[in-house]
Amino acid sequence: MLTQQPLLPLPTAPEPVAARPARRWQWRWPVGERVLIALVFPLGLLLLWALAARNEWVAPQILPSPATVLAALSELAQSGDLTRNALVSFWRVIDGFALGAVLGLLLGIGFGLSSLFRDYVYPLFKAIAQVPVLGWLPFLILLLGMEEALKVVLVAKAVMVPVAINTDQGIRSVPAQYLEVARIYGFSRWQLLTRVILPGALPGIWNGVRYGLTNAWLALVAVELLASSEGLGFLIVYGRQLYQLDVVLAAVVIIGGVGFVLDKLLSLIEQRLLRWRRDAF
Amino acid sequence: MSASHSRRQHDWRGVVAPLLFVALWQVAASAGWVNTKLIVSPLAVLQAGWQEITANGFAHALAASLARDLAGFVLGSLAGIAFGVLLGLSRWADRLLGPTFHTLRQISLFAWIPLISIWLGYTDQARVLFIAVAAFYPVVLSTHEGIRSVNKAQFEVAQVYGFSRWQRLVRLVLPAASPQILTGLNLALIYAWLATIGAEFLLPSFDATGVGATVIRGRAAFRVDVIIVGMLVIGLTGYALNRLAQRLEDRLLIWRGPAH
Repeated sequence: MLTQQPLLPLPTAPEPVAARPARRWQWRWPVGERVLIALVFPLGLLLLWALAARNEWVAPQILPSPATVLAALSELAQSGDLTRNALVSFWRVIDGFALGAVLGLLLGIGFGLSSLFRDYVYPLFKAIAQVPVLGWLPFLILLLGMEEALKVVLVAKAVMVPVAINTDQGIRSVPAQYLEVARIYGFSRWQLLTRVILPGALPGIWNGVRYGLTNAWLALVAVELLASSEGLGFLIVYGRQLYQLDVVLAAVVIIGGVGFVLDKLLSLIEQRLLRWRRDAF
Repeated sequence: MSASHSRRQHDWRGVVAPLLFVALWQVAASAGWVNTKLIVSPLAVLQAGWQEITANGFAHALAASLARDLAGFVLGSLAGIAFGVLLGLSRWADRLLGPTFHTLRQISLFAWIPLISIWLGYTDQARVLFIAVAAFYPVVLSTHEGIRSVNKAQFEVAQVYGFSRWQRLVRLVLPAASPQILTGLNLALIYAWLATIGAEFLLPSFDATGVGATVIRGRAAFRVDVIIVGMLVIGLTGYALNRLAQRLEDRLLIWRGPAH
């Protein structure tokens, strides 16, 4: 039997309001059961990995055992290398993200509100956006050197593009009726912007911010792999050069963890920020 | 709003800012305001571009990059559609594999490169695998999304008509989900191109050809003009790919009619 409507895509997500009377056995352990099922596959994989390492089906240089990776992880954590490099990466993302989000927001508002600005600037923006972050990298290395500025600028570029595009679309999707009502109420331009247009465009803007953050993290790891002497990406390169795959895998685990936390954080903020919208549904 | 209308009439406006920028750049370079070793004049870039294109097998490099891009894209998309269909049609697969997939997705794409390089070496297989991974994620997500939005009533009709599983998949589920799948493929194409450049940067080898490899060589030789030409080509190729994909998508979805 094929089922068309899985209850929820994610097992950890909160249960929807129990509109339908659920069967009792399902209702009692809704999250626990889900989590258990979800864990079957990764645990199986882990087991396979451990077995493969133990029986040396693969050379340990190519696939170190899970225990080794765990040991490397705790060693990195104890020596402070992990926190130091993670913090470096974290602040780079924050700086670049802040810069890119503000720029993108301003550009997006400009595009959305003024067709004059749009006509003049949009093609240039489009051209800049068209070259992916990695394409800019060699050029910016020559221009800015390998310092912090390089990382921040590249992360900012990665954030700016989706934020600007989504802000623009968000603003232009605000229904014209709202604007008319605001005009009838005699809103000033500032009021129109802050009370009608920006709130109306918020879902779009938020979408851009989420994309932006994902992009920022992606871009940062790429830059750190290519041109950095600290940060999580550098940790990977370092481990790779010394052929310490346990360090590489440990760093990959951390990078995944940070990405996961960022994503969860954003969806939490989203629930708060867009709560007023939920009432409509 | 009237933006689209006025934009048609004043297309030249968009050219103003880039032209001003290039003019300023040329003046700055030829007047010696800036270090010309670092900031090469536009004319020099044009010259280098012409030289690269005509003499040094640039077309060859571009073809190599595109072939890699396409190979990874096709592999990744096929795997992505298959996996997305599995997640979308089987609740058990979704529960068993979905959470793992969504967790792995959080690992920044480029973090896979060192692992891939250890497992496969600095080879073309490694590059194609990386590109395939990049294309895989968006296709899985959108295929899954598309299948979940298939109309339940239509599904029941198919059941009433006694469609086999295969018929349901091929005649109902896939066509109904095709708009989302195509969106995912479009996204995958963008990611694949980014990954192609990334793979050529991060998995370099002496015998590798490609636009990214050319740029890396330009950087090693401090040839700013080559780097800029490479950037332009990367951007233009990405743009052309997107346009092509958009055209194709519009063509393929023509059966939906002018609904919107």
